[in-house]
Amino acid sequence: MADSVSGLSSVEAIDLTPVEKPRQLFLEVLYDWVTTVDHKKIGLMYIAYSLTFLVIGGIEAIVMRIQLAVPHNTFVSPEVFNRMFTLHGTTMVFFVGMPILFGFGNYLVPLMIGARDMAFPRLNAFSFWISAFGGFLLYYSFIGGSGLYGAGSAPDVGWFAYAPLTAKVFSPGHSTDYWTLSILLSGIGSIGTALNIVVTIICMRCPGMKLNRMPLLSWLYLVTGSMVFIAVSPLTAAQIMLMLDRYVGSHFFDTQAGGSAILWMHFFWIFGHPEVYILVLPAFAFANEIIPVFSRKAIFGYPAMVAASVGIGFISLSVWAHHMFAVGMGAGANVFFVFSTMIISVPTGIKIFNWLATIWGGKIRFASPMLFSVGFLFQFLIAGLTGIMLSVAPFDWQLTGSYFVVAHFHYVLVGAILFMIFAAFYYWYPKATGRMMSERLGKWHFWLMVIGFHMTFDFMHIPGLLGMPRRIYTYEPGRGWEIWNLIVSVGAVIQAIATLIFVYNLVHSYYKGEVAGNDPWDAWTLEWSTASPPPSYNFATTPIVHSRRPLWDIKHPEDPDWNYE
Amino acid sequence: MFIHSPSYFAQSSTSIFSPAGTPSHWIFTLSMFVLSITGLIFLIVAGLLTYALIRYRHRNLLTYNEPTQIYGSNQIELAWTVIPALIVVMLFLTASRVILATQDAKKPTDAVDVVVVGHQFWWEYRYPKLGIVTANELHVPVSDPAHPTPTYLEMSSADLDHSFWVPRLAGKMDLIPNRVNTMWIDPEAPGLYLGQCAQYCGVQHAKMLLRVYADTPQEFAAWVAQQQKPAVEDPAVAEGRAVFLHNACVNCHTVTGTPANGRFGPDLTHLASRDTIASGAVENNPDNLKKWIDNPDTFKPGALMPPMHLNDHDLNAITAYLTTLH
Ligand code: HEM
Ligand SMILES: [Cu+2]
Repeated sequence: MADSVSGLSSVEAIDLTPVEKPRQLFLEVLYDWVTTVDHKKIGLMYIAYSLTFLVIGGIEAIVMRIQLAVPHNTFVSPEVFNRMFTLHGTTMVFFVGMPILFGFGNYLVPLMIGARDMAFPRLNAFSFWISAFGGFLLYYSFIGGSGLYGAGSAPDVGWFAYAPLTAKVFSPGHSTDYWTLSILLSGIGSIGTALNIVVTIICMRCPGMKLNRMPLLSWLYLVTGSMVFIAVSPLTAAQIMLMLDRYVGSHFFDTQAGGSAILWMHFFWIFGHPEVYILVLPAFAFANEIIPVFSRKAIFGYPAMVAASVGIGFISLSVWAHHMFAVGMGAGANVFFVFSTMIISVPTGIKIFNWLATIWGGKIRFASPMLFSVGFLFQFLIAGLTGIMLSVAPFDWQLTGSYFVVAHFHYVLVGAILFMIFAAFYYWYPKATGRMMSERLGKWHFWLMVIGFHMTFDFMHIPGLLGMPRRIYTYEPGRGWEIWNLIVSVGAVIQAIATLIFVYNLVHSYYKGEVAGNDPWDAWTLEWSTASPPPSYNFATTPIVHSRRPLWDIKHPEDPDWNYE
Repeated sequence: MFIHSPSYFAQSSTSIFSPAGTPSHWIFTLSMFVLSITGLIFLIVAGLLTYALIRYRHRNLLTYNEPTQIYGSNQIELAWTVIPALIVVMLFLTASRVILATQDAKKPTDAVDVVVVGHQFWWEYRYPKLGIVTANELHVPVSDPAHPTPTYLEMSSADLDHSFWVPRLAGKMDLIPNRVNTMWIDPEAPGLYLGQCAQYCGVQHAKMLLRVYADTPQEFAAWVAQQQKPAVEDPAVAEGRAVFLHNACVNCHTVTGTPANGRFGPDLTHLASRDTIASGAVENNPDNLKKWIDNPDTFKPGALMPPMHLNDHDLNAITAYLTTLH
């Protein structure tokens, strides 16, 4: 009965024989992908593109860690080291973090809200290609920066590119120009995608999917999308001002001519801080979908989760200057930013507690998506707590610019975001490809990653507390930093191995994986009601939903979810 | 040169957990407080999580019947909103106290004033009231609580952002062009305190090391008297002085009492009184001096001093001259 009401195909009758696809020529396939406006294909292209950059950014991290494994190392020159951390940071934030999350958003949001595509399919394709071109430009700087000097000509100003280091006098040649242009283009792409996601969520929901029935994933993408406008616009403005400084001779940030270094910091961090949340909210989004399914429980406190996400979105826009506690703002400004920064831990805490309550009393299945989510929970907890330490301005006067900070933000970027990205891969891979990823390889990946992660980033806090600044290409022996740096470097290599296993699993399972069927995890959201992979139109008939868990209602007609809204 | 000056390689700690001055003591106490609160929260939440994961673990991936569904609870959710909010308010109040105490501290009349200017990749120190200019090695008196003589640093930058960080004495403070920041330090025991630039400032950011010598009042007075003397005019090294004055050295360096008055590089008037050269990169000895002048890139590739291309004879003469500049 529920079937006919909802218009969903029955979940029981799953056909497990893989569909014979007609063979296509390589060029046809390529043409098909390059010209596509299908949200799923664009999503997958985003994901493939950021995975490539993840490997590149990872190689850069390993180069840095080899150099720092022992004091006075000469594995790379100072110039190359400085380029490595600049490219690593820029790549990981702009060409791994953002696009991979947009990729998942693109793929999942329409499916989960019962839509056939994004609101603006052609804008969607445009946004992807312009971002990809940004990434291309960043690496083109290797050859275009100042002639054919190889690694010698990529940008070396750090991913926050503080003024006046980026001024023509301190950064002659074109490497900084490539950096600026590349960020500018990817920023335009991000704004386009964000617009698209927001409009899609607001306008394209299927009948019955009221805002308070949307999957939490859509809620979080709604908040993220809105934040991208507010945060990326000032970044784009700052890049244009920097280009004017460099080409036209204006003096916004040119301190030699009376410009302001602090102005750049404000512009940058008004983008940079919300950016952390732009990256972490989608990670929360994945956790919100995965943790309940693998605990066999509805999410605990849906309204509180929504409120906390919106709250985080708002507060995160007023905390940027906690990156500037040491620039000599007056005591008053410091006190204000201490407060706004600390208070954000309240909604964040609510989220952690609600996940805990969701697990509580459940039946927890430790399949790979859940394993990575559990890693996420612990690691995000630690990231949050070191974040509270850093928000205490006097403590931050010691720790900012040190390896403690590098450890802290990698807890967020790797421990929380990257772990949830891995979880999302294991969880939705069967939907996108029709095959399961190997659980055995998944377990290897998980355990090596956890070990490597903690060896790297737990121990990285210590040299920070012992006075080791970041962005140094080498250090003096004798201050107790050596042993920690060595452990950290070994951990980084273990993480790299884990990631390679994951990449192998992705490819291997595509051909050899177990056939998945429509709904392998016995889940509750709409994407699991269509075929795996979903047809280009997503749904044969527009679904109609009556509660937050439409597939639950079908599977449990005796106890439908709408009773509890 | 000074009794307690250890050799360059006897490194001391830069741990924030061995504070040796008032601001760093305050920060240390505050940090311990914050660490214990966050540590406690970690133990509680991680403990609950671990318990739940073990207790509710379900081994069979395929068979299960659905557990009882709980959709939320207003009381519980209210509790875990209000309690963290109270903890935040408490942390905020303690943090604010330390911020105000440090940033708005009243300057005692006996304070020593130093103007610090950050350069790519070295430190300039000027004592306006004492008429001293020096570089890379900062001398300050020890401060006795009964008779505090803290040092007030007025900091700015000649080129890029830098950051002054000597963890045992205080937290860091940035040096930013077109802007004057202040901080104060009051070392409680004589000795050498190490640190380094903590804001990325280009190629050799890593070798922009900081050395703060805390002298007893007598030592400090002796050091001041020595620095106030004019540069030594030893006739035995007249040749080296001539080489120095006839080369590009004078464009960038100062030696008082001579025509050399450049300000792009460190003041060399009392160079021989320092333990290190190139902002702590290497020990100050004739051999290193020679290598440095011949090609600064041997120690600090990217440093802004050009190689001087002198012949061996001139190089020896100039080194001999520099070693007399006590
Ligand atoms: C195996 C994994 C990784 C390792 C070993 C690693 C290591 C490092 C190291 C050594 C630095 C330089 C720190 C410094 O001297 O300032 C760094 C910086 C950075 N990393 Fe990672 N990283 C890893 C993964 C990631 C990921 C996944 C992201 C983001 C999604 C990321 C984002 C950043 C950022 C934004 C910076 C700052 C760059 C800058 O200072 O300009 N890292 N990382
Ligand atoms: Cu510096």
